[in-house]
Amino acid sequence: MTDPNIAADLSHVGEVAPVTDPANGPHKPRSLWGDAWRQLRRKPLFLLSVFIILVVVVIAIAPGLFSSRAADFSDLNHANESPSADAWFGYDNQGYDVYARTIYGARASLLVGIFATLLTVLIGSIVGIIAGYYGRWIDSVLSRFGDIFAGLPFVLGAIVILTTFNPPDSHPGEVRIIAQVVGSISVLTWPVAMRIMRSATLVAKQLDYVKAARGLGASTSRIIFRHLLPNTIAPVLVYATIALGAAIGAEATLAYLGIGIRSPVVSWGVEISDARDYFQNVPHMLLFPAGFVTITVLAFVMLGDAVRQALDPKAR
Amino acid sequence: MGRYVLRRLLQLIPVFIGSTFLIYALVWALPGDPFSGKCGQRACPQAYVDMMTAKYNLDDSLPVQYFKYLGKLFSGDFGETFSGNSIGEMMANAAPITIRLAVIAVVIEAIIGIGAGILTGLRGKGFLDNLVLLSTLFLISLPVFVTGIVLQLLLAGEWGIINPSVSSEATVGELIVPGFVLGSLSMAYIARLTRASISENRRADFVRTAIAKGQPNRRVVGVHLLRASVIPVITFLGTDLGALMGGAIVTEGVFNINGLGGLVFRGIQEKDGATVTGIVVLLVIVYLLMSLVVDLLYAVLDPRIRYD
Repeated sequence: MTDPNIAADLSHVGEVAPVTDPANGPHKPRSLWGDAWRQLRRKPLFLLSVFIILVVVVIAIAPGLFSSRAADFSDLNHANESPSADAWFGYDNQGYDVYARTIYGARASLLVGIFATLLTVLIGSIVGIIAGYYGRWIDSVLSRFGDIFAGLPFVLGAIVILTTFNPPDSHPGEVRIIAQVVGSISVLTWPVAMRIMRSATLVAKQLDYVKAARGLGASTSRIIFRHLLPNTIAPVLVYATIALGAAIGAEATLAYLGIGIRSPVVSWGVEISDARDYFQNVPHMLLFPAGFVTITVLAFVMLGDAVRQALDPKAR
Repeated sequence: MGRYVLRRLLQLIPVFIGSTFLIYALVWALPGDPFSGKCGQRACPQAYVDMMTAKYNLDDSLPVQYFKYLGKLFSGDFGETFSGNSIGEMMANAAPITIRLAVIAVVIEAIIGIGAGILTGLRGKGFLDNLVLLSTLFLISLPVFVTGIVLQLLLAGEWGIINPSVSSEATVGELIVPGFVLGSLSMAYIARLTRASISENRRADFVRTAIAKGQPNRRVVGVHLLRASVIPVITFLGTDLGALMGGAIVTEGVFNINGLGGLVFRGIQEKDGATVTGIVVLLVIVYLLMSLVVDLLYAVLDPRIRYD
């Protein structure tokens, strides 16, 4: 997944309304989330994606459990060697063990994904709920403002932003470049989260109990946090799950172009960018980290897909 | 309708100015001396610096610079690079290749995507349905450069079916594999969109009526069902054509295609601001116009929708 903006197409959640199961009449009606959870527990794709995500998270937290070699272990005698029992994923052109680097790279990749998604969803939700709630000219101004960022092609925008702040021959520090990659992903994708939040708010605003709350004199913040947010959060969360996968893919793509995170940070993207000039002769240098990126993205996309179906009463 | 088009066109103006100003500011507000490294190993002669400063209006404030640039742009002048090549000419050479690539990608994704969507939408649950669902999930998760590199390694390296890089003419035949790579992600979305749309409309009243009055199955599916179901797909394809042109950078890089993507990437690397802004302006215009056309097309295709 190269362009996180497209992730929105996957995450359309139908009008979300609590559904009560008539068969369970006398019992307390289950909530939307309880209902969704019962559905999800039986889905093999959901269980598989949760399992993969858990494994990746454990790898990111404790890479030492999975690899006896450190990420900077290097043996030039074995440079470019193919996968073997000694090094499962082979060695790269610098004699690094590709397996060890892939295991240690999980942390940075996952962190970029999580922070970029948090920032995207946070900015998008706040702007979206304000635009949807107040409507009128505020909505028009905020929507057009979002369009400005949505109109820029993602890869192109990210290239311009990242090269502006890091001219080609500069050497930015670890934290700075990670923050910049996270920032440029979120700056270019927040309008998607905003549109989802805005349309969910527009629907929820018209519901009777929201009108009733306003009639009773509830404050704006109470209406937003107590009444609107619980009803609008579901589609945004589904989007966030898929966007997390997309952000990990975007990190790898930017690194492949040579403008993303770079050494000495170890991430899947960095490995891919190191492999850029050598993969024709040493394909395992590129294919293993790229495979990890794909499987992780796949897990998040599957999770989002399953949750969306479970939350959508129409799909049942 | 006329008023709606006018209102939409007016709404495009602030978005266009915002997007292009953003890029202009980012490119021209680059920290550092714009002339460093432009004249080989030694510093640029003062006369050259003065000439270039005047040419790119570097002494003015940023907004003034931007509007002067925009004014020239609307008279059809994209300006020149630092080395004096006409940007308009370079773009005129590169754009057809990128457009060809994007069109091929859209055609491939439409044929395979709609085909897979119709098949699974009509059949309902079963092996084929699961197969298409899983393969679309997989395609969505693959970053484009991975698809490109794997296909390049297999088709060009292992089996020798295609050349690893596309020649400078970039004929249609050569662009089929890159087009497939570029369109692979959208192909998955189209398959899912068509499938959802078909399986929803399959139970609609007008389809039941068509079956009840004894229409042959081919006509029910081909005319009644398909016409209503492809509307969201066609709108997706329209916006995608605009988005793919901007997204072609990675694919063009993998297959060494000399299109707009390569041009803009070189422009950024060589700190040649005029090239970058020129291409971004073009891509933003294409994208905005395509999304407007798609909106209008919606009303034409679906008579139930009326703007006004």
